[in-house]
Amino acid sequence: MILESKSIYKKYKGVNKELTVLDDINFTVEKGQIVSIVGPSGSGKTTLLGLCAGLDNPTSGSISLAGSMISSLTENEKAEVRNRKVGFIFQNFQLLPTLTALENVMIPLELQGRAKGAKDKAEQLLERVGLGGRSHHYPSQLSGGEQQRVSLARAFSNDPEILFADEPTGNLDEETGAIVEGLLFDLNKEKQTTLIIVTHDLELANKTDRIIKLKGGRIISDQTIKASTEI
Amino acid sequence: MNWSLIVKTAIKDSRKDRSKLFLFMSSIILGVAALVAINSFNDNLVRDIENQSKSLLGADMTVGGNRPLSESIISALDSLSTERTSEVELFSMSYLPSVEQSQFVRIKGLTGNFPYYGRLITEPAEAADTYKSTSAALVDDGMMLQYGLEVGDSIKLGEEMFPITGRLMNAFGSVDAGASFAPSVYIGGQNIDATNLIQPGSLVNYKEYVKVDGGQDLDEWEDVRRQKFRNESQRVTTVEDQRENLQEAFSNLNNFLNIVALISLLLACIGVASSVLIYVKTKVQSIAILRCLGMKAEEAFMVYFLQIISLGTLSVIIGVILGSVIQVILPIVLKSFLPYEVNMSVSPVAMIKGFVMGVLITSLFALGPLLSIRKVTPLRTLRVSDDVQESDPLQWSIYGLIFLTITGFLYTLTGNVLEALIFSLGILIAFLILYGVAKSVTWAVRRFFPSSASFVVRQGLSNLYRPNNQTLTLIVSIGLGTGILTLLFILQGLILNNVEGMGVGNQPNMIVFGIEADQKQEIEELTESFDMPVIQNVPVVTMELAEWKGKTKKEWLSDSTRTSRRWAINREARVSYQKEIPPDDILIEGTYTGTHDGGDSIMISLDERYSRGLDVGLGDELVWNVQGAMIKTYVGSIRKINFRKMESRFFILFPTGVLEDAPQFLILVTKSPEKQTTADFRNAVVRKMPNASVIDLGSILVTLNDIITKVSYVIKFMAGFSILIGLIVLISSLFLSKYQRIRESVLLRTLGAVERKIYWINAVEYASLGILSALTGILLAVIGSFLMAKFVFELDFNLSWWPIIGIFIFIVALTVFIGLWNSRDVVKRSPLEILRNV
Repeated sequence: MILESKSIYKKYKGVNKELTVLDDINFTVEKGQIVSIVGPSGSGKTTLLGLCAGLDNPTSGSISLAGSMISSLTENEKAEVRNRKVGFIFQNFQLLPTLTALENVMIPLELQGRAKGAKDKAEQLLERVGLGGRSHHYPSQLSGGEQQRVSLARAFSNDPEILFADEPTGNLDEETGAIVEGLLFDLNKEKQTTLIIVTHDLELANKTDRIIKLKGGRIISDQTIKASTEI
Repeated sequence: MNWSLIVKTAIKDSRKDRSKLFLFMSSIILGVAALVAINSFNDNLVRDIENQSKSLLGADMTVGGNRPLSESIISALDSLSTERTSEVELFSMSYLPSVEQSQFVRIKGLTGNFPYYGRLITEPAEAADTYKSTSAALVDDGMMLQYGLEVGDSIKLGEEMFPITGRLMNAFGSVDAGASFAPSVYIGGQNIDATNLIQPGSLVNYKEYVKVDGGQDLDEWEDVRRQKFRNESQRVTTVEDQRENLQEAFSNLNNFLNIVALISLLLACIGVASSVLIYVKTKVQSIAILRCLGMKAEEAFMVYFLQIISLGTLSVIIGVILGSVIQVILPIVLKSFLPYEVNMSVSPVAMIKGFVMGVLITSLFALGPLLSIRKVTPLRTLRVSDDVQESDPLQWSIYGLIFLTITGFLYTLTGNVLEALIFSLGILIAFLILYGVAKSVTWAVRRFFPSSASFVVRQGLSNLYRPNNQTLTLIVSIGLGTGILTLLFILQGLILNNVEGMGVGNQPNMIVFGIEADQKQEIEELTESFDMPVIQNVPVVTMELAEWKGKTKKEWLSDSTRTSRRWAINREARVSYQKEIPPDDILIEGTYTGTHDGGDSIMISLDERYSRGLDVGLGDELVWNVQGAMIKTYVGSIRKINFRKMESRFFILFPTGVLEDAPQFLILVTKSPEKQTTADFRNAVVRKMPNASVIDLGSILVTLNDIITKVSYVIKFMAGFSILIGLIVLISSLFLSKYQRIRESVLLRTLGAVERKIYWINAVEYASLGILSALTGILLAVIGSFLMAKFVFELDFNLSWWPIIGIFIFIVALTVFIGLWNSRDVVKRSPLEILRNV
């Protein structure tokens, strides 16, 4: 088991009343599983992803991620876990606009203090996503699909144990989305990473091992599509 | 901490944002350049004015008395001086053969290269260089006019006839004109003997003018030999003593320069804080990504801290160099416009001070916004939301440190903790008021939003409170900037009026001395018959301080533990008596007793400086020797004398009803419109009252006016320079604000807003910001300048509203113009860029 969520609540204080975004979320994810979290807008998908990835703290409950009780770690300890064990792919790519494609991919490795060899690895990954010739381009010089491919290369650069993807194809056209999607699954298979995808795209969700459906902050179904590949 | 990554990221991250960082750097460069230039100017021009005060004395020190200096004093002077000039001064009648008249004159026989500072101005000019080596005389211009003398005529001094080779246009000596009664005649020292005027019983003064090397502490030298000079009845006057006289008059210049230095520092602070704040805002997303990828909060902070501090330090260094270059080059460039020659040199002290202050303020003012980096949550990568503003104790510590730094800087300027604290609090209050105005504006616009207004107005106004608004930043920076510039403008006007009011055109220039009490009405009538005003006509009684605080003068002088100052003890007491204190004096302690009612206690009033010099306070007993009669008095009040007035000022004032029967004379002060009237009036006085002497202050005022010209120039130049820097910093802050609105404006364009609409929306937003901040800034400046005029400069406060309205219109127009200029940049950008999320 790589991820466990126990009795997760996330509440926000509104002007007049408290808003419960996540309400008693319990689930576990096994190593190597590909899980999609689906649900309508406002159902709490992205909030759940943020909590599981250690980007935010639950109001109550606990989350264990890759052997660490992430919900009780300090900010710096969570950063350490994210850097060593987690990869991210965002809907709007989130590349550092001031860094080139190559430098963006190198950043997680450099944060680990693995500067040596980082360039070679980043170049290989860019080559792998088909951007070998664009490594010195800035994000503003790349198309959306290319930016997401850089983001993919970056997500895999630190060999994460678990990868969180927030609507990875949400900002892309169908054709480009399919390319990115293909790359995501291929790389995931090659690197044997656990993958958690938040998506609206049921077609994409159906390609995963398991679909967790959220509505109004609660899990309304947790359905296994196909057996996960145990590592 | 992974330092190598931090450094690398800092460098990489700065690459694409150099234009934004350039504006940040420019604020620091200009602010520090202003600070260094102003401090250097301060050093250079104050030194220049010090030299000018030396030129009133003509030397670094004079030693003199009514007997020739002893061998031991001469050798002591030789050990100190690099050059020396001997002067023999005597008072005698002169004979003017061309007009067959006699005149009582002051003859000065000089050997050596006197004056060492300043210039003896004569007509023709070369006469000043030749009179000492020939048997020629230079005669006071006023006296030559009075008798219709011309160069080439002769003057007989004692037994010797001297050809007059030049008119004496200025004079050296104290600005306290009471010292000179008779017109001066300068001759070469070697010719004194030929006059045969030095006889037993003659009134002769011997004086040595001394020039010393720089770096010698004359006061210390004098202190060591004080007893020796006292024993030999020699009086020592140093430039320091001379400067004391001028210091009061020019203390405002120093205050003003200090304020300009503070202002340039504040301008740099505004520039740094606003540019870093906006820079950090543009970096929030990058920081969130770095945090998401595993960078620790303190590492993310260090990336940007390093970036800002290294660029800040580089900017400070450039600023220091630029400031030094400006203050050296500008006077050369402006040479033909300057009223006098300025000798500028680079001031290492100003450079070091500028560097230290620059790095300190850059660090502190950048730290405020930078600390918020620690609070940027990685969650922002998933969802753009307003970060919850938590109270950060470290942030408050930085604010505290900023307050302390400004107070410390002010302390280095004023040397007074309380004053420094009051000024810092004033700045803090101004800041809080602007902060309050900004907060009220966002609240009020939201609360009373004109829902029925046009789209453009609604859009423009809603920009004032929408998330990511720049209301607070811009109202505070434009408000403080406008406030500072207006303050400077108002103060400059007030000080210039005051300083120029001291000029020749406004000062009394003639004193009639030695009038008998019963001639009071006659002299007033005579003065008025020449259409000249009677500015002052007061009685003077000379007396000697015999005893105070229970000890005689002799006992005090031999007391090594005394705290009284020598100059105060030995000062010849020229006392007046009046019912009321002079209108320009300020009563600072006690109450003034105008009339003595015949009781035992005679309450007198002392000048603040004199009472400090004597170390006496309210209620202390002082006994005066008035022509042998002892009068016991008590200190009833202490006054601050207005030294800026060229009138007789009395350190000691008695009430009426005490000195009326004592031997006394009157002093009348008047103002003559031109030299011929001066000469005619002098003739009339000499004819009607042979006992009276007319002193023409015109020659002394020539030197004084020279100083005033310089002071006026310094004030105008400094203010102009600082205003320019302030405008540039203000413009930088406004230009930086474009990054705030770029996303919104591009989106509007994408949605189909035409150029004109975008311009109008931005015009409404910037006009609202400009009007509110300029109004608040100007209001703060008016209050600030009123308080400063009253408590720092002690000037009458009067305001000319038209220039202030001009400043208001200018600032609003500038704000709107830059806002529109920023929109122009947005309108030019492709909407595609926003789709690429850059």
